Amino acid sequence: MPVTSTQHDLDALTLTITADFAAPPERVWAIYEDPRQLERVWGPPGYPATFVDHALEPGSRSTYYMTSPEGQRFYAYWDVTSVAGPDGFTFDDGFALDETFAPNTSMPQSHADYAFVATDDGTHATFVTSYASADDLQQVLDMGVVEGSTAAINQIDDLLAADAA
Amino acid sequence: MIEDAEDRADAWFHALADRTRRDILRRVLSGEHSVSTLAQSYDMSFAAVQKHVAVLERAGLLTKRRQGREALASGDVEAVRSVGVMLTELEDLWRGRISRMDELLALDPADHRPEED
Repeated sequence: MPVTSTQHDLDALTLTITADFAAPPERVWAIYEDPRQLERVWGPPGYPATFVDHALEPGSRSTYYMTSPEGQRFYAYWDVTSVAGPDGFTFDDGFALDETFAPNTSMPQSHADYAFVATDDGTHATFVTSYASADDLQQVLDMGVVEGSTAAINQIDDLLAADAA
Repeated sequence: MIEDAEDRADAWFHALADRTRRDILRRVLSGEHSVSTLAQSYDMSFAAVQKHVAVLERAGLLTKRRQGREALASGDVEAVRSVGVMLTELEDLWRGRISRMDELLALDPADHRPEED
């Protein structure tokens, strides 16, 4: 597994995941730059993503939808806020109302900050995803877009034992 | 009782951000404890432990009932599970994304990959 660490910040409602890839930052960056590659990795199993518009440029809005196993489409968008290719980029990820991709303002946005650093073996990537409130995170997960994983009761112990940031 | 869902969720995360409260919650999730018994486990005053219990109670993570002169506390397993599930589900989504990226990179022709020593 290329994941090297995961950190849950209960106060900041932030998930930070680091991973090492056996490819240079330019190659990892290319996955995010190319909508055809991006849609192969973005949606969870059973919910493939289709990017309609996509450009990694500050101020640009990407539009995409995920299709559920039942054929239901979840429309969403990225508002790209800063770009420093191939070192990383930041964006806001939100849900859209329908195929017009008008933002659904009753649904929360998450903020994403991705960074790619060259190492001797390839790339050290840091993916930070944060939510404004616990309720926002709950709402996004309730959309059912995330694989329905039922955490075992012993995972609670891990959570409670984790040092607060 | 906290009515608003957002306040409730904020209260959960606030309650779990303290080491002593996490420890109290671990104990009461495994069974009912009196507040005075809990207080003996910590190097702090009874009143301080009572305050921690009250924070957990307000967050809906434990429930208290009175038995004679004793206040008995037990953990609300369902409430705690929802906090755990949220961050774990998000992490699972990311683990999937990262392994799919890894697989995609592995499909590259050999001359695009770093030199093998």
